Amino acid sequence: MIAAALLILPLVFTIFTLLLPANNSRNIALIGSLLSFALSAFAWVQFSSGNLAQLSLDVPWISSLGIHFNIGIDGISLILVLLTGLLYPFIVAATLQTDIKSPKAFFALMLAMQLGLMGVFIAKDAFLFYVFYELTLIPVYFICAIWGGEKSIPITLKFFIYTLAGSLFMLIAIIYLYFKTPGNHTFDIQSFYHLGLSATEQTWIFWAFFLAFAIKIPIFPFHTWQPDTYTVAPAAGSMLLAGIMLKMGIYGLIRLVLPIVPQGVAAWGNGALILCIIGIVYASLIAWRQQDLKRLLAYSSIAHVGLIAAGVFAVNISGLQGAMIQMFNHGVNVVAMFFMIDLIERRYGTRWMDELGGVAGQMKKFGVIFMIVLLGSVGLPLTNGFIGEFLLLMGIYQHNAWMAAFAGLTLILGAAYMFRLYRHVFLGEVKDHKIIAVDTLTWENFILIPLCALILIIGVYPAILLNITEPAVQQLLQIFNAPNVITSGL
Amino acid sequence: MNVLITLSIAGIITMIGSTFKDRSWILTVTLSALAISCYLAGAGWNSNVVFFDAMRMDNFAIAFTIVCLLAAFILSIIYHQLNYAKDAHYAEVYAIILFSLAGAVVMVSFTSLLMLFLGIEILSLSLYILAGLRKKDLLSNEASLKYFLMGAFSTGFLLFGIAMLYGATGSFMVIDIAYYLGLHQSAPEPFVVAGIIMLMIGLLFKVAAAPFHFWTPDVYQGSPTIVTGYMATVGKVAAFAAFLRLFQWGFAPALVSYQFLIAAVAIVTLFVGNIIALYQKSVKRMLAYSSISHAGYMLLALMVTNEISNGAVLFYAIAYTLASVVAFTVVAVLQEKNAGDDTDAFNGLSKRNPMLAITFAIAMISLAGIPPTAGFFAKFYIFSAAIKDGWVWMVAIAVINSFISIYYYFRPVIASFMKKGSDETINISFVMQLLLVLLAVLTLLVGMLPDWLTGIL
Repeated sequence: MIAAALLILPLVFTIFTLLLPANNSRNIALIGSLLSFALSAFAWVQFSSGNLAQLSLDVPWISSLGIHFNIGIDGISLILVLLTGLLYPFIVAATLQTDIKSPKAFFALMLAMQLGLMGVFIAKDAFLFYVFYELTLIPVYFICAIWGGEKSIPITLKFFIYTLAGSLFMLIAIIYLYFKTPGNHTFDIQSFYHLGLSATEQTWIFWAFFLAFAIKIPIFPFHTWQPDTYTVAPAAGSMLLAGIMLKMGIYGLIRLVLPIVPQGVAAWGNGALILCIIGIVYASLIAWRQQDLKRLLAYSSIAHVGLIAAGVFAVNISGLQGAMIQMFNHGVNVVAMFFMIDLIERRYGTRWMDELGGVAGQMKKFGVIFMIVLLGSVGLPLTNGFIGEFLLLMGIYQHNAWMAAFAGLTLILGAAYMFRLYRHVFLGEVKDHKIIAVDTLTWENFILIPLCALILIIGVYPAILLNITEPAVQQLLQIFNAPNVITSGL
Repeated sequence: MNVLITLSIAGIITMIGSTFKDRSWILTVTLSALAISCYLAGAGWNSNVVFFDAMRMDNFAIAFTIVCLLAAFILSIIYHQLNYAKDAHYAEVYAIILFSLAGAVVMVSFTSLLMLFLGIEILSLSLYILAGLRKKDLLSNEASLKYFLMGAFSTGFLLFGIAMLYGATGSFMVIDIAYYLGLHQSAPEPFVVAGIIMLMIGLLFKVAAAPFHFWTPDVYQGSPTIVTGYMATVGKVAAFAAFLRLFQWGFAPALVSYQFLIAAVAIVTLFVGNIIALYQKSVKRMLAYSSISHAGYMLLALMVTNEISNGAVLFYAIAYTLASVVAFTVVAVLQEKNAGDDTDAFNGLSKRNPMLAITFAIAMISLAGIPPTAGFFAKFYIFSAAIKDGWVWMVAIAVINSFISIYYYFRPVIASFMKKGSDETINISFVMQLLLVLLAVLTLLVGMLPDWLTGIL
């Protein structure tokens, strides 16, 4: 039932936002997202460790086609549900000082988006998964296009068509798998795991899924929509896209691709892995040369998620566990980063590196906070990024040492471009002396300090998250290694 | 049969009514006739009444009849709202609509090829007249003439095909033809195949599939917008139902001999419809090309004969009708305000009338096939039917076309939400608002709870 409540809550608050006066919209959205957070935390408390999906609900939806409204939470879902629940209040609060035109529509779309995101992470029926997967697209499209910056219309339309194109091929694969299920066909994802597909079928299905998820993540060379979209999107839109939405792609790889087409992954996974690694190096190098802070962050995000996807394709316990925890970490870090860049832009009216400088001198507290988040995202030991990247690289190393060597460049390059950013923006002379920036305000601290605390807590005690996912990941590997042995439950 | 009688009597009454000065009662008569027909059709569910070996009101026929009647019902009200005050031929329009519906009913329920021919002609003749409704407008005249010439041409094909099949099988009955084809399954005679192909060409004209689509854009653009909406929904749905009925029950034994032809036509139709639609400035013309492309999707279901293909076409027809009625209505309202039908006319629509903008956006999202709208499930259903029989590559082509279509469907939506237009608000009557909201809500509801529509055929 908790799983259902996770969906009902955003829906109810979307309706509230639409019905109540516009000057309340932000508060309603904030209350709604805080309640969602509480609920996902409650789901965590209720969640008993193990590999079974729990707190579930299964009602027939479209019975003539065997489609069920089947939702449930296992460890892999839970970590992303927690991420969504956790980040949403911050993302809503981050808009506190931004003047948003037609706030009613904006916050209603944000909450509707939350419904879609939660749905993707807890759906156990492939059709339902697909519907939620697409459902997230419309709100985020409108958020980025209407409230976005210059040229947002063509850029977001490209993003929209691009991602939809990928997922339509996934739809074909899903329908194909549906007709492969025995007896009265079913869309249950579990039953897709033991279909005994031939090698050719596995190849096709692998690429159909890969296309969908590679565009969403994005993996090189399907990333071309991403930097533009992140740059023009409003801060909240970028946070949603980078913080949560791209995790849908990685989640899809883990939930659908690995267990459904293990032979396909065995045959083609290396190709995908190489693409991921090319993306890591390529995006890091481009990030190094960026002047626009948001764009820099967009490219660094490609590099980071490339590493996560590479860890998934390594298909071993450390790679997958690393992917799980790093998904969470990346969400936290990137939301904090986008918020801080938005903060700089609000104070100085620009986010161009050569127009900025000496920020640390004017805003001491902010300088420290930025440093903590920065260290988290470059993966310094005792921050959250370290444990994630360490596990990921270990996983890739076990798969292939050479690949790990190239993937490891992300640490060096990441440090290079992030410290370049810090040097240009925070150190040196203030460029525009007319601006006297005030240090972080109370409401900004309320966002930044918890996020920093999370970065440190997870860095020191990662087991808190790793324990959630371990049984489910173990089970997944079992299915991957012996696809034809039907495992019980889950 | 009682549906036909009701419609015809009401048609005659409204036609006589055109001689009176007072015409306020005409809409009432039309709507009650449509409502009664709907009820009569629905009452015959599961009874499979046969009329003199000419028509059979089976569930298939009833379902498509009701779709046509309801679409006509809504469009009649909208036509009244927009044109009551100024149309000199107000009463005749309703008379023709009622007669054309009689044609549609025959088309979806025929059991003999002669009835198919009659139905098609009744519907088409009515549509020719409706297209030329604005008799002082050159475009409307062009539309009517073009439609008539092309229609007459395709009728030739139809008749030729029917004659050939009669020559081979000695019967007009669909069942007899199916029986004959079943006997000669391995090697059907060449002129039987030729007859089937002739009939196919005639019907492809009617559903506006490429390369027989050339009349569509001009006719759709020239006709009064609500009439276009009527052609695009009732005309198309009835033609598709007839197509499906004939090929699913008559020609299915010879499926292999024409399957690839339909596949080829479907591919051409999809690409022609979608790619040309990309380049249209006029939204009305864009909708015309989009309707061509939708014929392409529906053709996928004609290539297969499995238990879900009929249901899939019905569902597609419903989803397409719901969205098209909204789309054409919004275009008609904008034309009414002298804004024209270009994409620019939609600029700032969300400020001028949010309700119009939102319902139009939902209609476009549905036509583009994005969840949670009816259009998505319709596509999903059609794709499932095709994949079930192994046509994965055809579905891949359809999918490529699906995302081409997003570009042009979103253009007016983008214009209405993100571009600046005039500040003058657009007011529409309460009834129109109610209808548009109802249709938009139905589009969403059917998309989210498709179960009550999927199982019926």
